[in-house]
Formats: sequence, C-alpha cells, structure tokens
Amino acid sequence: MTVADFAFYLFALSTITGGLFTVISRNPVHSVLWLILAFLSSAGLFVLLGAEFVAMLLIIVYVGAVAVLFLFVVMMLDVDFAELKAEMARYLPLALLIGVVLLMQLGIAFGVWEFADEAANLRVAVAPDAAEVENTRALGLLLYDDYILLFQLAGLILLVAMVGAIVLTLRHRVDVKRQDVLAQMYRDPAKAMELKDVKPGQGL
Amino acid sequence: MTSADFSAVLPEVVISLFAMGALLFAVYSNKDKQAPMLTWATAGLLAVIAFWIGVTGEGTTAAFGGMFIEDAFSRFAKVVILLSASAILLMSEGYMARRDLLRFEYPVLIALAAVGMMVMVSAGDLMTLYMGLELQSLSLYVVASLRRDSVKSTEAGLKYFVLGALSSGLLLYGASLTYGYAGTTLFSGIISVASEGEMSLGLLFGLVFLITGLAFKVSAVPFHMWTPDVYEGSPTPVTAFFATAPKVAAMALFARVVHDAFGGVVADWQQILALLSVLSMFLGAIAAIGQRDIKRLMAYSSIAHMGFALMGLAAGTAFGVQAMLVYMAIYVTMNIGTFAFILSMERDGQNVTDIGSLNLYSRTSPAKALAMLILLFSLAGVPPLVGFFGKYYVLLAAVEADMAWLAVAGVIASVIGAFYYLRIVYLMYFGEEGDGLDTGGSPVLGGFLMVSAAAMVLGVINLFGVEALAAAAAATLVN
Repeated sequence: MTVADFAFYLFALSTITGGLFTVISRNPVHSVLWLILAFLSSAGLFVLLGAEFVAMLLIIVYVGAVAVLFLFVVMMLDVDFAELKAEMARYLPLALLIGVVLLMQLGIAFGVWEFADEAANLRVAVAPDAAEVENTRALGLLLYDDYILLFQLAGLILLVAMVGAIVLTLRHRVDVKRQDVLAQMYRDPAKAMELKDVKPGQGL
Repeated sequence: MTSADFSAVLPEVVISLFAMGALLFAVYSNKDKQAPMLTWATAGLLAVIAFWIGVTGEGTTAAFGGMFIEDAFSRFAKVVILLSASAILLMSEGYMARRDLLRFEYPVLIALAAVGMMVMVSAGDLMTLYMGLELQSLSLYVVASLRRDSVKSTEAGLKYFVLGALSSGLLLYGASLTYGYAGTTLFSGIISVASEGEMSLGLLFGLVFLITGLAFKVSAVPFHMWTPDVYEGSPTPVTAFFATAPKVAAMALFARVVHDAFGGVVADWQQILALLSVLSMFLGAIAAIGQRDIKRLMAYSSIAHMGFALMGLAAGTAFGVQAMLVYMAIYVTMNIGTFAFILSMERDGQNVTDIGSLNLYSRTSPAKALAMLILLFSLAGVPPLVGFFGKYYVLLAAVEADMAWLAVAGVIASVIGAFYYLRIVYLMYFGEEGDGLDTGGSPVLGGFLMVSAAAMVLGVINLFGVEALAAAAAATLVN
C-alpha cells in the first residue's frame, strides 16, 4: 500500500465518520463540528485527485463560511432539535420503505445501464487538455469564457434571492430611536447641561 | 464568444439592466412612492421589447456555443411572455396600490422573472435551462408571499417554494443522469446520442426525471397539488401572472427539451406526455366542479388547459407544437381577460372571490357580464369562439398522430369542464337575488376585459395571424 492509498483510506474513512456523526449526534453544535470534519476530509480527497483548486474552495467556502454560518444559526435560533428528531422518527419507517423501494427500482435497472458510445469523447471535449493547462486556469477559462452566460445568470439569481429576502423581512419601523451622528457631534455642554445653584437645605 | 453572441441575448440584458437600475433608483429615492411609476415603466419596457423581438428578430442564432438559442420558436414564446407580463403589470397597479401592496420591488421582480422565462425558452443546454428556471421560480416565490401580513399568502409562498425546490431537485437529478449517460449537457449533443432504439436505460431515467420536474412547473397532474393553494393564497394580480406567462415559458421549455434534446426518441416520451395530458384534463375538469372560490376554480381550469396543451405536445409532430403554441397564445389572452374581471370583483371596496357573489351580475353591469360570458364560453371551448379553435387544433394534432383515443378523452373532459364555466354564466344571468358586487371599477381592468372578450370574437376570422407565426416557430423546432 502506497502513501497515496493510505491517505485515501484515511480521508475516506473520516469523511464517512464525519457524515455519520453529523446525522446521529444529539447535540446540534457537535453535528456542525462533525460536518466540518467531513468537509475537510473531502478536501483531502480532492487533493489526492489532483483538483487542488476545488479542495481549497471547499475549505474556504464550506468550512470557512457555510459551516460557521450553520454554527451561528444553530446557536442563535432556539430550535428544539430533539422535538424535530422525534417528529422525523415518526415518519422514518415510511420514508425508509419508500427510499428502499426507489433504490431497488434504480438497482434493478442498474445492471443494464450503459453510456452512449460517444459519451466519453463528448465529456472530454468541453474542457481544455489537462496536460497543457493546470486545472485552476482550466476552470477559469470554462467559467468566465465559455460559460460566461451561465455565470452572469447565476449572479442574477443571487440578486433575486437577496431582493427577495429583503422584501419579505425588512420592516421600516417608525417608533424606534435611531442614532443621529450629526446631532451627537453638535451637542455642546452649554445646551445639554443646565447648572442650578442649589441653596443649602432647600433642594430644588 | 463574439458580438453576435451578445446581440442574441441583448433583450435579456436590457431588461436585467433596467431591473437593476430601477432597484438602485428606487432605493436612493423615496422608495415605494415610486412604485406606480416603476410599474408603468416596466410594463412599457416589456411591451417595447416584445415589439422589438417580434419585428427585428430573424433567422436562428445558436449563441455561446449552442447554450442559448435564438430562433423563431423562442421569439414566438418571448413575445407572448413579455406581452402577458406587461398586461398583468398594468392590471395589477391599481389593485395593489389600493391594498397597500404595491412595493417597488414588485415590478423589478416581475421583470427579472421575465428574464428567467426568456432564458428558459431559449435554452439550448441543460444548465441554461436550470438557470432560467431558477431565476423565474425564485422571483415567483417572492411575489407569491408579497402580502406578508396574510397567513394564506405566506403559506402560498412557502408551499410554492418547498414544492418548487423538490421539483428542481428532480429536474437536476434527471439532468445529471442525462449528462452522465450522454456525456454532454448541450441539447444538440444529447440528440446526437439519443436515437431511436439505441437509447440507454440511463438516459431514459434522465428523461423521465426531467419530464417530472417540468410537469411540476406546468402543474400537470399528478404534480399539480400546489396549484390551487398557491393560486388562492397569492395576491390576485400575482395569481393572474402565475396563470399566464410562467405557464407559456414552462410549456415552451417542455417543447424544447423533448424536441431539441430528445427529438430522436419520440415514442419514449410520447406515452408519458399523453398520460399527463389525460390525467390533467380530467382532474382539472372534475375537481373544479366543487369549487366555490373563483381563484381556486381558475387554478383547476389552468390544470385542465395545461392538459390540452400537453396533448398538442404529445402528438410529437411539428403540427402538434404549432397547435400547442396557438393554444397557449389563446389561453393567455383568455386568462388576462378573466383575471381582469376577477380583479374588479369588489363589494364595498373589498375584493371577493366567492362565485356566489356573481348572482344576477348581468342586471347591474350588463356589458361586463356579457364580456365575461364570451370569455367563459371561450374557456369552455364552445364554437365559434376562439377558445374552440385552440382545442380544435390540439385535437386535430392528436388525431393526425394516430392518437384518436387521446382526442376522444379530450372531448369528453372538455364537456365535463364546460359545466363549471357555464355555472358562472348561469349565476350571472339566472341566479338568485343576493348581495351584488360594486359596479364601475377601474377603467384599465374594464378595458382589458373588453379587449380580451373582443379578441375572442374577432379572432375567429384568422386568429390574428398567430397560426402562421406558430407554424413557422414549430418548423424551426421540429425538423
């Protein structure tokens, strides 16, 4: 067994362990931590495949942003996960049954599935030759050159998502005190304070 | 990537830039006060772009390496989509302003949804298809729940979102299977590997999942469950929008996928579409009978109409696609008129949707009742109105494709469906005494109602030339 093989089994095993514990651990915070392990291990798998750019993306985007966001949500929202799980447990047998039936149907068909003859060539034809272009550059060429239309459309979709979130949640409240920076800066002691000469024994 | 590529997407780019500009303008000025003006401006722009596409477009351009196809078929669909979106915007302005629902994001979201729909009908690649579909759906989810303080509207938005996400998942699963077994996401590549008798089972699974996802979007039975609830819960102008432009876009996309990508294996998808068609026609016709709410009734009516449009598609011929396009154009025109009427149904300033409120409507507003009568007869497919010709074409397409049983089923379903349309006519003319509706109403809505009803009568002469355009459009798609 070479080092690469050993590394593969190590990463694969920890990905599966991470995934499993994400689902079954009782504490949602632990779930998120296990999820991070799963992400990191799959990043390792990508490196083994020679896709270092995707590996880095996985760490930066998923571990750095998404997982932290999950943590925030888990900690800030008061969601009773135990109750949710109990709810799920009620439907679990039915869900399992349907899942197994679907799996079996796909499995029955699996034996006779075959790729179209030209499929392999068609698949390779899209990407630049891997021997000449390193994969980060190849991704860039595809994403910003060939697929510029899709890239821009994805941007529009994100814009709609943002507009939607604001439309559905923003409320202009009129009864709250807002900070007025200028008013604070122009405040001077002469207007803000009043000095009273209090005579002894009399009070105001 | 050349300038020819960009000139093919120019209409989409113009609308997107306008939407972003409008968003910036409204945010930096006095926000919702600009909403009526923005709504009119958006409606105007969409109509102008429709005109532009219709007049200047010619030939077939496969832009961005075939991912975006600009041809007669896409132009036909785009013109119908843009005109109906424009009409709905004009109709909704007054209604939403009076109910304090008109926010400046509404026209912006409708414009972006229109961009999504234009991309859908021009899709030449599974990825373009998905991008267009998501852009459209995401905008629609938001406008469905625009009435934030109403439980029903929120429920409608959420239901639409969850089921929409499920259908997108199915569609993506189908797309990934198709990619896996065909080796490409380009429609032109898929059709080269999917030929009669040689299609692998994997591709067939991909096709089935793709059709399932699309059937959700056109709300064909058995994937129709969300339609009545979403139609009922959404603000009425939004319901009117749902019933028109997105349906045309989804139907055109359907035609594009089955003909452009799987045109070599007609027999494989024909049976699925025929089944969807029969189920939709019958369920739409029968389930609507029990409905008292006119919006729910229109939801079932739209399910039945989608069944008829699918019948044209199920024929699998160029004539079938032509019949489907003609049917959709007629359907949209009828629905705009009908929803103009529904939007004007008010009692003491409150909108009502119960069909019982239409009792003896002909006595208070004879002109509007007559217009509605024409539209309802047309929706039911009674000759000699235009709605009949829509049905006639799809039936003819089915018969010519040796699917006479499908045509017979369509006729039976349309007879059953005629009951609930005619019941509204009965109520309007021979109903009982009851609380009537307000007379008068917005001149814009009245205008749309009258124009749409007039089109149902005058269109009998030559269908306004739609037929020839649809034939040219279908010829570019099926060859």
